[in-house]
Amino acid sequence: MSAAPAIETAGVTKVYGSGATEVVALREASLTIQRGEVVALLGPSGSGKSTLLSAIGLINPPTRGEIKIDGKIVMRGPRALVDVRRFRREHLGFVFQKSNLIPFLTGLENVLVALDIAGTEGRPAKRRAMELLTELGIGARAKNLPSALSGGEQQRVAIARALANRPSLLLADEPTAALDSTLGRQVMELFRDVGHESGAGVLVVTHDQRALDVFDRTLVLDDGVLREDW
Amino acid sequence: MNLAIRDVRHSLGRFLMTSVGLGLLLMIVMGMGGIYAGIVADATLLIDRLDGDLWIVQRDTRGPFAELSRVASNVEDRARTVPGVAGARRFVTHTVQREHRGRPLRMAIVGLAWPEDRGQWLPMVSGRTLAQGHYEVVADRTLGLSVGESIKLGKDMYRVVGVTRDMIASGGDGLALMTIADAQSVQFDTVGEATRLERAARRGRAETRDLGLTQPGMLELADQPASAIPALGSPMVSAVLVNLQPGVDVGAVRAAMEGWADVTVYTEQEQRELLLRGPIDRVRRQIGLFRALLVVISGIIMALILYTMTLDKLHDIALLKLMGARDRMIIGLVLQEAFLLGAIAYLVAYLLGERVFPFFPRRVIVTNDMLVWLALAVAVLCVAGSSLGIWKAMRVQPNEVLG
Ligand SMILES: Nc1ncnc2c1ncn2[C@@H]1O[C@H](COP(=O)(O)OP(=O)(O)OP(=O)(O)O)[C@@H](O)[C@H]1O
Ligand SMILES: [Mg+2]
Repeated sequence: MSAAPAIETAGVTKVYGSGATEVVALREASLTIQRGEVVALLGPSGSGKSTLLSAIGLINPPTRGEIKIDGKIVMRGPRALVDVRRFRREHLGFVFQKSNLIPFLTGLENVLVALDIAGTEGRPAKRRAMELLTELGIGARAKNLPSALSGGEQQRVAIARALANRPSLLLADEPTAALDSTLGRQVMELFRDVGHESGAGVLVVTHDQRALDVFDRTLVLDDGVLREDW
Repeated sequence: MNLAIRDVRHSLGRFLMTSVGLGLLLMIVMGMGGIYAGIVADATLLIDRLDGDLWIVQRDTRGPFAELSRVASNVEDRARTVPGVAGARRFVTHTVQREHRGRPLRMAIVGLAWPEDRGQWLPMVSGRTLAQGHYEVVADRTLGLSVGESIKLGKDMYRVVGVTRDMIASGGDGLALMTIADAQSVQFDTVGEATRLERAARRGRAETRDLGLTQPGMLELADQPASAIPALGSPMVSAVLVNLQPGVDVGAVRAAMEGWADVTVYTEQEQRELLLRGPIDRVRRQIGLFRALLVVISGIIMALILYTMTLDKLHDIALLKLMGARDRMIIGLVLQEAFLLGAIAYLVAYLLGERVFPFFPRRVIVTNDMLVWLALAVAVLCVAGSSLGIWKAMRVQPNEVLG
């Protein structure tokens, strides 16, 4: 396991719009997540959770601040210092609330496509994908299209896909919002196990207070201000 | 992993339906091109088949196809005397519309210079060419006549001895070929009463002239058939076709004939152009314009289909980008589907056209050139239509799939 933290941000600020419509969604957010550490991000609606996640995920650049992933500075203000898409496929994994999967690909193929994008093909790819799906308990449903899978099964496939390329950081935005609380908790536990076993840093945005014990740490965002919740 | 194939397989029904729809549209485009080519080919077909080096027609007319032309039949004999001429034929054509088996039968009658020309050059489907100087006709198959059938033209019955294909006049009517003598008797056929009245009128006219009064023999002659009266010429023909000896200067022969005050001479190529710029000019331009319009509209429809097809996948494309997919993969997905759609549509158009076009009332000629052009056009449209979608796909941000 590398010594560098999975993610390190310093003074990340995000301002949407300008003038009268200006919204400061993030104010000087600084956080560090070690590899293997599983962290929850909590906060009321509109507090800037998704904004923080998409900044870290190199999707939506911040207005100010610095983002360091796996020991490498990748964003300085709105400027990317790396090939963002390449960095995403090599270092990051994403899981969202829903519609994570490509509808015309089977569960297995959804994982395979992520491997394919990162350059793993053929038999090794298939082995890796089946391994992940089996680990996540949906090996038997691998040949089904997403439409034939339950919400929980779909999220497991999405997690398998996010993990396929052994990312250093796994980002999840309300991955259990569409699931009932029992299933939601199971999925959260899955994130914890995955983080601990794969050594990836995991950041999960959630509304669900009851599952917080699953996590190593909890961060709270309130009106764009990030603080540690001990 | 090929995403395009999987996407298509997933929505196979819709994809095939779109392809077939587009195929039908392409078939119409193909057909329109074919109709255009058919009209041009049909118009000049008779000229090409008759293969006369020079066409002698009535002075200052653009006959015999673009307008009526009448030349004395002795022009044939005159033409033969010009040095360099290998042969001369009389040519007669006129269109008739008669009732046959209760239906109107419209045909362009063409007289062949019997006995030299028996129609050996005709593309026969069944039966034979002319074998006797009278009462035989070779009909194009578009006329719907069959070998052995008899049709009444004028006072006589003509037997269909052979059926040709693709022998069509510039107006689209099928050709009926017979000897010149027969063609003329059909053309100049008059009922007995009219003949009787004309003969009586001749006597009447003669009786009031000095000639008739001083030479009573004239009055006797007035009752005879026209051919027995030396003062009356033999029936006029539409044109005389001249073939030259090999290596002869066309200009010289032509200049010699142009010296005759009663005729104008055209080369085969000029005759062809007269037709294309004459009777079928408007039809040709109309269809040409319509075809151009159709190509543009099909292009727009195809571009729209491809564009919406890409829009449907925008979510998936954003997801792929989020996973870090290269542009190559995304462009590949869009383009491959576009080309698959184009290929299926093209195939549908081709196969369907092949079956449907022969039933069109006029010839639809789909040439290989046209097929290649259409294939290229479809390929270009696939790229053009997709690039609109790709442009959109390249702009889609991964955060559009967030949440
Ligand atoms: N594209 C945008 N343009 C302008 N303002 C935006 C944009 N996206 C988010 N915002 C604003 O930024 C603030 C933070 O939004 P964000 O989506 O990060 O909240 P959130 O914590 O994820 O909320 P939720 O729990 O409802 O998902 C909100 O006030 C929102 O209105
Ligand atoms: Mg959110």
